[in-house]
Amino acid sequence: MPGRWRRPLASLASLAAFLVAWKVVTVLTGTPDYILPAPEVVVDRGVRAISSGILWPHLTATLAEVVLGFGAGALAAVAVGLALGKSVVVERALSPYIVAAQAIPILALAPLLDIWFGGGLAARVLVCALIVFFPIAIATMVGIRSTDPQLTELLRSLGATRGDLISRLEIPSALPVIFGGLRVGVTLAVVGAVVAEWAGASTGLGVLINIANQGLFDTPLMFVALVWLAAIGLVFHGLVVAAERRLVADR
Amino acid sequence: MVIRASDRSSVRPATPGPESGLPVTVRDVRVSFPTRGGGRLVALDEFSMEVPAGSVTALIGPNGCGKSTALRVIAGLLTPDRGTVELDGGAAPHPGDGRVGLVFQQPRLIPWLSTIDNVALPLTLARVAPDERRTRAAEALSRVGLAAAVQARPRELSGGMAQRAALARALVSDPPLLLLDEPFSALDALTREAFDSELQVLWMERPLTVLLVTHAVSEAVRLADRIVVLTSRPGRAATIVPVNLPRPRPVALAGDPQAAAIEAQVRDALAEVRPAELVSWTEGVA
Repeated sequence: MPGRWRRPLASLASLAAFLVAWKVVTVLTGTPDYILPAPEVVVDRGVRAISSGILWPHLTATLAEVVLGFGAGALAAVAVGLALGKSVVVERALSPYIVAAQAIPILALAPLLDIWFGGGLAARVLVCALIVFFPIAIATMVGIRSTDPQLTELLRSLGATRGDLISRLEIPSALPVIFGGLRVGVTLAVVGAVVAEWAGASTGLGVLINIANQGLFDTPLMFVALVWLAAIGLVFHGLVVAAERRLVADR
Repeated sequence: MVIRASDRSSVRPATPGPESGLPVTVRDVRVSFPTRGGGRLVALDEFSMEVPAGSVTALIGPNGCGKSTALRVIAGLLTPDRGTVELDGGAAPHPGDGRVGLVFQQPRLIPWLSTIDNVALPLTLARVAPDERRTRAAEALSRVGLAAAVQARPRELSGGMAQRAALARALVSDPPLLLLDEPFSALDALTREAFDSELQVLWMERPLTVLLVTHAVSEAVRLADRIVVLTSRPGRAATIVPVNLPRPRPVALAGDPQAAAIEAQVRDALAEVRPAELVSWTEGVA
């Protein structure tokens, strides 16, 4: 077996094993579809949800929240993490608020933000951005602090400006750690989107789960939404990992 | 990788520096650092020395005597409490002015940059155009015999090669003054000897003012025209030993009676300035 096929085959094999195990459980226990639908029931429901068009508005709403929330949250987190890492004074002044904001469950904060920001897309993006912010800001701070002081002295001896130091040394050397934060953050963005949708929205995969659950007892449709959420998480995580490989691996 | 002078006659840089480097004068420098206890540790005091234009001067002294501090003051990385440093009778060098090439004990290459980009770093920071900096970095790399490693990453270089790259980086802006801070102490003996030989060829080709900080007496004798012995802390120039040996000096210099006499002279000077804790424990027994 050529080595390059090994990894994709391993992924496919584990997916197949998972689906088979799922199917076996439903058959052996005889669980009805409204509690645990079999995989092919979910696939069938997914196909119908796509062809009837009910999936799209929910899927695109969640995608928009994840992309915008992660993007805005990550940018802000890298900027703040840089300031925290560079200055002990900034860290002393800001970190209590950052930690406190992280300690308050986002579930409790989401309804408040929904009221403040008019219940639109902006409020939901903000929830996503908030939940994404903490791991990335902390990773950036730690990464910036771990810059080799010998390299800092070298760049200073060559007349580097503050901007040179940040762009040519501190950010690149923190990059592997920052990517660790981005990988955690991107999966949290999906969680943030669903929490925000539950706090008040008319579209989104989180809303679709509520519709399927409360109005229709359509458990297969709930599973369709869950599978899409997982897929969004996997794809964006994969994109972050791909970016990491391009930017960091070559060292 | 042995390089001969004849191989490199065609790689003179586009903008040659001053023919024989520039002289450095250090006058009455004092440097102190704050200590944990709130006091101040005086690293250098009443430190004065001359580095004549085009000469190779070695600065030698016991550990902690302020050799590296002296080098940082001359490089303009550290402002002394008192005293002055003059390059060519004018202002002291300051970071980024391209008048000083600095080689540290460790290569200090940036791990994510290729060798040539590392060597070009001083030019990049000086906002030199990309084409020109590639040309000049390639020239600097061939001067130190690393032309084949242009695209290599620092982790792919051996210790000796990495230190050559660091030397190329120091030479890339064609500085009139080269400062070397124990640049070979992390290398094995054989690599060190090869490095010493090549440095001499490099200096004979294009003389520049060199200040070498070292704690190896034999290396100082092999490389330097003058050896300045520093007292233990606070450091002060105690003795100056001239080294009038013909160049290039061979590796087997230790067998040369004249060289041996100079070495003995330096060791005697060092013995006088050594700090109390280095006095041999056997001396107190009898």
